[in-house]
Amino acid sequence: MKFAKTLIAAAITLGLSTGAIAQDKTKVGFVYVGPVGDGGWTYEHDQARLAVEDHFGDQVETVYVESVAEGPDAERVMRQMAMQGADLIFATSFGFMDPTLNAAKKFPKVKFEHATGYKRADNVSTYSARFYEGRAVQGTIAGRMTESNVIGYIGSVPIPEVIRGINAAYIHAKKVNPDVTFKIVWVYDWFDPAKEAEAAKVLIEQGADVIIQHTDSTAPLAAAAEAGNVIGFGQASDMAEYSDGPRVSSIIDNWAPYYIARVQAVIDGSWSSADTWDGIAPGMVGIGEITDRVPAEIKAEALALKASIASGEYHPFTGPLNKQDGSVWLAEGETADDGTLLGMNFYVEGIEGNVPN
Amino acid sequence: MVRLERRAKPSALWAVLAPLVAVLITMCAGGILFAVLGKDPFEAIATIFWEPLFGEFAEFYRPQLLVKGGPLVLIAIGLSLGFRAGVWNIGAEGQYIVGALCGAGVALAAYPAEHALLFPAMILAGLAGGWAWAMIPALLKWRFGASEILVSLMLVYVAERLLKAMSLGVMKNPDGMGFPGSRNLQDYPSAHNAEIFADTGLHWGVVAALIAVIASYVLLSRHVLGFHIRLSGQAPRAARFAGVSPGRLMLFCMGVSGALAGAAGLFEVAGPAGQIGISFNAGYGFTAIIVAFLGRLHPVGIALAGALMALTYIGGEIAQGDLGLPAAAIQLFQGMLLFFLLAVDVLTHFRLQFARKGTM
Repeated sequence: MKFAKTLIAAAITLGLSTGAIAQDKTKVGFVYVGPVGDGGWTYEHDQARLAVEDHFGDQVETVYVESVAEGPDAERVMRQMAMQGADLIFATSFGFMDPTLNAAKKFPKVKFEHATGYKRADNVSTYSARFYEGRAVQGTIAGRMTESNVIGYIGSVPIPEVIRGINAAYIHAKKVNPDVTFKIVWVYDWFDPAKEAEAAKVLIEQGADVIIQHTDSTAPLAAAAEAGNVIGFGQASDMAEYSDGPRVSSIIDNWAPYYIARVQAVIDGSWSSADTWDGIAPGMVGIGEITDRVPAEIKAEALALKASIASGEYHPFTGPLNKQDGSVWLAEGETADDGTLLGMNFYVEGIEGNVPN
Repeated sequence: MVRLERRAKPSALWAVLAPLVAVLITMCAGGILFAVLGKDPFEAIATIFWEPLFGEFAEFYRPQLLVKGGPLVLIAIGLSLGFRAGVWNIGAEGQYIVGALCGAGVALAAYPAEHALLFPAMILAGLAGGWAWAMIPALLKWRFGASEILVSLMLVYVAERLLKAMSLGVMKNPDGMGFPGSRNLQDYPSAHNAEIFADTGLHWGVVAALIAVIASYVLLSRHVLGFHIRLSGQAPRAARFAGVSPGRLMLFCMGVSGALAGAAGLFEVAGPAGQIGISFNAGYGFTAIIVAFLGRLHPVGIALAGALMALTYIGGEIAQGDLGLPAAAIQLFQGMLLFFLLAVDVLTHFRLQFARKGTM
């Protein structure tokens, strides 16, 4: 009897202690759409994962699965992570949206964070970055630097985020250089080095001497380097390896501050479903170093724009702005509301061509 | 000195043994690969092959094997008929996409009407879409002698463009805030290819795959058409003397493989995937080629090979999450399986001859 009691007591202690250990360590899962070595989108999410590990040390354990297809595979991977004790799961691609909600329904106690989507639940948050703020800075540099007055733009997938980027870049290029025109090529993919290189070559042949890309590989920069007198920008990550060549600046996705804050919220028990859309000010959108190829006064102008966006003094979509068809979008001094920006499906006045659909 | 000597007849023993030996060699070579990556090879192999079937969460993974294996088997069965007859449809991925587009198109056109016949109509549209896409290379071959290998493969890329155009255009969800992708058919009861019994993974696509396995077995072993298919592959001239029309047989094989791939696409889009999106296709059409050969182009073999392939996918994901194995290592592991199968296959048709003195 006594023996049995001791045994039960031991079992309870053991159970409690293992339970406590499991609770001590917060497990965070990351689901990636590409390989961690893509040098762009997924690479930056993985850098942020490593930053989470660095920041929390032994308090946190992270796991990740890369190259996950959008669809049932993503749902299975998330459910698998949840079963194995993940407390928080980051789903880092738009295409994971419905699978994330399905998985979240089955694991109401696990917190989910979905990048760039619009569907939320009690345990599903969404987050994205105001990349258009960075595009405004890029547009300024591009408008000043171009000699042919033709700027080539490699569009990935025609969704509002990409359209916003094109508009923001165009508005600010036009502001500093009224003669500027944009040529846009769509590759309908986020990461396809062959197609991106081809698109860059086509644009260069059409006279573009500045290439802006919304795709994730370094192929357009390689094409620009090959062509000689063409400049470009790093996308998603800094792409600093091209600093000696065509890369004059970059837009850097910096997810680390957000990921650290959200993991902290789970540890504190203060996590709640939210929609986050951060820009330059909190550091989610970074502007990579502007190289010496850009004259000092242009660099100063670009940095001043960045500072005024960061301080909230200036909004990249400030009227007067017309839509492509000439109708008034924003009156003098009016700024765009987030709702319109989130669903943006039109070009501003002056851009040639149609939004594909 | 070892020489290869052609066997008078393919070895029945090696035909069965080859896949098993290939799996064993893959495990060894994979183990070495994982060891070089700094992981415990035994743990990695056990995670891939044991964990999904008998591990802690096997109750969740076993149904997932059906979800993952179903479309592979359904497509591979269709392909195997052609491969046996010497008809090389490499473009099942494209037929899978077009089948899904046609089936989902029917559902989206009918939305939000509920009708019991909607799902059957979608299945027919899926079959027809895949069939029609396969008929393009088939007719070009029949009329102009164009290589069905090249044409069917290139049509995959055309189908991918079509998929993107549809996700961004007419099939785009009007309530989707301008994002690409269709409505989710999982939220549309009449169109949803739901699990027949909850949490078993058994949806209509898996049932269709089982039916296809049985039908193909009967066709190949009991029906004169099956005999013609086998004969055409083994001895095309003899087949012609036996009254087989090579053109018509080719049209039949392309049509069946296309229709089954299209149906697989439909079952996937209406069930596990739920929606048309720019990256809806996950490579089932290409993986099914491996499954067909791994299964020796035999219906039962294909069913087993499909299950094995699904196992490496799901086990591979577990190994990534638990052990931190890179995705590329898992893909390499799967590639090795086909590579070693083809290598071991030599023994089916040849015997090793150890040269004796004087014969050189």
